[in-house]
Amino acid sequence: MAVRPATLPRPTPVAGRPFTLSGFLEREGIFSWLMLGPGVLFLLAFVAYPFFYGIFLSLEERRVASEGVFVGLANFRTLAHDAVFWQVTRNTFFYVVVTTVLKLCGGLAMALVVNQSFRGKNLARAALLLPFIVPTALSTVAWMWILDPTFSVVNWLLVRAGAITTGYSWLGNASLAMWSLVAVNTWRGLPFYGITLLAGLQTISPDLYEAAAIDGASTVQRFLYVTLPVIKPVLIIVTMFSVIFTFGDFQLIYALTHGGPANATHVFSTLAFDIGMSAGQLGMGAAVALAILPALAVLIVGLTFYLRRE
Amino acid sequence: MVGGRQFLTRFRQLYLPLAVFLVVLLFPFYWMLITSIKPNRELYNAKIMPLIVYQPTLKHYTDLLTETNFLTWTYNTMLVAVITTAISLVLGTMIAYPLARMRFPGSAVIAIGVAATYLVPQPLLFIPMADIINRLDLGNTLTAVMLTYPTLLIPFCAWLLMGYFKSVPRELEEAARIDGASRFQAMTRVVLPLCTPGLLSAGIFAFTLAQNEFLYALIFLAKSEVRTVPVGAITELIRGDVFYWGQLMAAALLGSVPVALIYSFFVEYYVAGLTAGSVKS
Repeated sequence: MAVRPATLPRPTPVAGRPFTLSGFLEREGIFSWLMLGPGVLFLLAFVAYPFFYGIFLSLEERRVASEGVFVGLANFRTLAHDAVFWQVTRNTFFYVVVTTVLKLCGGLAMALVVNQSFRGKNLARAALLLPFIVPTALSTVAWMWILDPTFSVVNWLLVRAGAITTGYSWLGNASLAMWSLVAVNTWRGLPFYGITLLAGLQTISPDLYEAAAIDGASTVQRFLYVTLPVIKPVLIIVTMFSVIFTFGDFQLIYALTHGGPANATHVFSTLAFDIGMSAGQLGMGAAVALAILPALAVLIVGLTFYLRRE
Repeated sequence: MVGGRQFLTRFRQLYLPLAVFLVVLLFPFYWMLITSIKPNRELYNAKIMPLIVYQPTLKHYTDLLTETNFLTWTYNTMLVAVITTAISLVLGTMIAYPLARMRFPGSAVIAIGVAATYLVPQPLLFIPMADIINRLDLGNTLTAVMLTYPTLLIPFCAWLLMGYFKSVPRELEEAARIDGASRFQAMTRVVLPLCTPGLLSAGIFAFTLAQNEFLYALIFLAKSEVRTVPVGAITELIRGDVFYWGQLMAAALLGSVPVALIYSFFVEYYVAGLTAGSVKS
């Protein structure tokens, strides 16, 4: 019996078929673009357009409810000579760098701790992620009360422990306020690192550790030569994501200090809000907001390339 | 003693650090709860031990529910979160499916564009967005936030769902097509049902993000009746008057309950969504 190769019904060439609407809609390109259309148009209208409109606004002297006047780079020149702007730049980078280091180290520690097996580990893992999932503005309210100048429970504990005699004004003192914000941001973001890195740790096969142990590797060596290399991609991506979002952090700072005292905790986003919204200078506010862009562009391009290489 | 030494190691490597993490990360929630049920005479008395409550009261809760717009804010928050999540899931699916499955001109550009919109932070957009919303005459309407939240959620949903769609074997769709299903039917009847976990993850994540949003709500919603819980709590319950801390904590706690409840039911899906971007399975 001759076995013929199974032939699937071959689609006849498009040209040889009478044109039908359903056939037209079934074409890969047409179908794809019809599906993409609404979403892409939406993102063009409400992300791409505002983005470029923001650049245009930054070149204008523009107040709320009045016509804008094109001023070229004047807003940026003003900012470049503004001591507050440079202070805010330092604040932003300090805030991003310090919180990132703390979240990364703390998150890695948390992942290593909860990666061990113990009773109730699922519950513990779920509970530890709570700071990240509860709306930030609301958990920040708890922190305002924890750090209250008169009734701070931290002060109460420190006084009780004999570490200090009178309480600090955690949010009112210019040198302490930034550290308080760093602490709260770390508190909120650390679980994100912890749980994501945990997922990375769980991809490591126990065989690797066994092999390393047989070869006589110490705990530290196993961490350095087995754990770290395997979770490196996760580590890099989580950190980049977190850095990008920390650069854009607004609500935590706005709720806790409004950028005060005396601009000590202002970052780009809160300063842009003050100038653009509270003072109604849209052009100058847009210029301040754009100050995030250079650092962000480097990060986004880096991350995009990294993701595509993977 | 071997057992003792083993316990000591386990104590050092597990119990002690775990306890530290749990206490530090969960203390603020304990503090919310305890503050919200303390009577004012305990709250504003620096002399007594603050860590426990002596005479618990629900007064702050009844005050919050009767004297403020908290219930309206909760309704607004829920409405906005549900609608924006639905919009974002639908549009996110429609973007993700062709990008994951089809070959067509322009797909690379769109893929990069979607990733970029996900990473553009709000502070870069809120000033021009405020002007646009003003021109559209949408200030102080929930429509303003329903239009703007999906800009944060669609790229995320699309990104997450792409991974799930790619994991469905092509043969299943091809089989359906041979049986006469159109491309759209192959998507809705074959691929989407198989990707239910992904849709759940994206939906839950989008829902919590929508509940968490603050900046757009702060800018666009200046009237009390249209505010969401985070903005209402921050702008209206903080009145520079110390006697509102109990109410504020009650609001923070009640406002967190919906998210926490949904999260507790779908932890795995939430974590899957959280890690999808960074962990390749």
